[in-house]
Amino acid sequence: MSFHSEKLIAELTEMARNLRIQVVKMIYKAESGHPGGSLSAADIVTALYFHHLNIDPAQPHWPERDRFILSKGHAAPLLYAALAERGYFPKEELGTLRSIGSILQGHPDILKTPGVEMTTGILGHGLSVGVGMAIGAKLDHKNYRIYVLLGDGELDTGFNWEAALSAHKYHLDNLTAIVDLNGVQLDGPTNEIMPLEPVVDKWRSFNWHTIEIDGHNIKQILDTLDETKHLHGKPSIIIAHTIKGKGVSFMENKSIWHGRVPNKEEFEIALKELQKENDNG
Amino acid sequence: MDNLASIRDAFGRALVKLGEKNEKVVVLDADVSTSTRTAFFHEKFPDRFFNFGVAEGNMMDAAAGLALVGKIPFVSTFSSLASLRALEQIRTSIAYPKLNVKIVGGYGGLSDFKDGPTHHSICDLAIIRSIPNMTLIVPADAIETEKAIYMVAQYEGPVYLRLSRAEVPMLFDKNYKMEIGKGNLLKEGKDITLIATGIMVARVLEAAKLLENKEKIDARVIEIHTLKPIDVDIIIRAADDTGAIVTAEEHSIIGGLAGAVAEVIVENNPVPMERVGIKDTFAESGEYNDLLEKYGMGIEHIIVTAKKVMKRKR
Repeated sequence: MSFHSEKLIAELTEMARNLRIQVVKMIYKAESGHPGGSLSAADIVTALYFHHLNIDPAQPHWPERDRFILSKGHAAPLLYAALAERGYFPKEELGTLRSIGSILQGHPDILKTPGVEMTTGILGHGLSVGVGMAIGAKLDHKNYRIYVLLGDGELDTGFNWEAALSAHKYHLDNLTAIVDLNGVQLDGPTNEIMPLEPVVDKWRSFNWHTIEIDGHNIKQILDTLDETKHLHGKPSIIIAHTIKGKGVSFMENKSIWHGRVPNKEEFEIALKELQKENDNG
Repeated sequence: MDNLASIRDAFGRALVKLGEKNEKVVVLDADVSTSTRTAFFHEKFPDRFFNFGVAEGNMMDAAAGLALVGKIPFVSTFSSLASLRALEQIRTSIAYPKLNVKIVGGYGGLSDFKDGPTHHSICDLAIIRSIPNMTLIVPADAIETEKAIYMVAQYEGPVYLRLSRAEVPMLFDKNYKMEIGKGNLLKEGKDITLIATGIMVARVLEAAKLLENKEKIDARVIEIHTLKPIDVDIIIRAADDTGAIVTAEEHSIIGGLAGAVAEVIVENNPVPMERVGIKDTFAESGEYNDLLEKYGMGIEHIIVTAKKVMKRKR
């Protein structure tokens, strides 16, 4: 098992908080966007972009880089904040989210935004695209890895299960999927809209290495990502239990905050809470 | 009609030749490789062939992934499935990000005749043509199919190639030069222009002979293999020179070749035009030629339609 220092965990925790603040600011300014699923995935995306992924922002097309696909494309503000922090484009661009002429579309666009690895937004594509990339990497005997972040509501669509079959067939141990299992989708709780449980058993029965973690525990996220690098013969999936709207009390676990924009008062409370979280350490 | 050759066999053989020359070429199929003839490639290059089973959506997205890491994927299945079941993948993951994926929809039109309307593909051209960034090509014979495979492999970007299951008359010879977006003037003529695509090209050439001999109508014949981007100039010239147009396609008369040609002439020179094709109906199971006759794509239909549009000429 790999060792991750307290210092690293503290730095990443601080970065995740920073990304959450930027997400709320971007959505408030754009008057449009999806806060709930961006906030729930912030710790996962932070662990990937600020420690785990083998990437070089100075060379966004470096052939040996790891690839990350945000299949739950509505969490675009989170991805954009991470890419800007990593230096793929100037942070000032974040204020242009969803406005005409912006490089930051409502959902990720590979042709417009440096660092975006694949256009997504309509749910149910990312895992299949990741399967294709992972097959290609194996054909070329390359060591780079493919990471795909899925939503739990997204698992309603059968395309993910088609992808699951094919990833097993082709022994794609260079593919790691992560489910941001926040338990809430647009219309309500996932266990009401379309029950998914037992989700871990489902993936195991599809012959994937399936690991369950707390998706807000950065040390666990890092350890598990490292673990999946060393599992052979099968694709891996990390079922990350998260809280939709994490970090903003009135957004937490509320489906209404899947795609709602805070008003001025709510915006100020949200910022205060996210900043206070830091003060409490 | 004699001198027939199979379009799908030509496709299967061309893919193998392409695979020999270009290591980046990979082939994906959805459990119909023995039908589409990608099985030839599978046999020759087992490591570069991927059978995704009956899962066209996943296959199409996986092709996008392969293109993203530098491969040239040819994705093959029946056109009815590629253009309908995997349509959202084509639009979102291939056309919108302009990925270098070659989609090959086999069994176009009524060419899977006996399997019936579930397997017929009569809306594919209209559907695919409406998607931005797409190039849409329908070869007319075996040689053109082979040329098209090499041609689209050289082109960087998304392409949809619609093929037929049928054996069709040979129209082109080995020296034929094919170019994306360039129509072919196959016969000069001054009274009317017959514009056809796919297997209807051979039929239109037959019809043109009969029109000349029996009706004294001098028909120009143009083949449009690239429905998108369409050869605007050759169509405008036809409208200007002959003053009347008939389109012929193995497809619904809505939105395919007829739609594409009509869009060009209404904005440039709106001469009278009539459409040969399937008249907005589902067909049925039956012998291929019987179906083409019953559903309006016989040679006689082209002749009747040509005479009709001649009467509307100003």
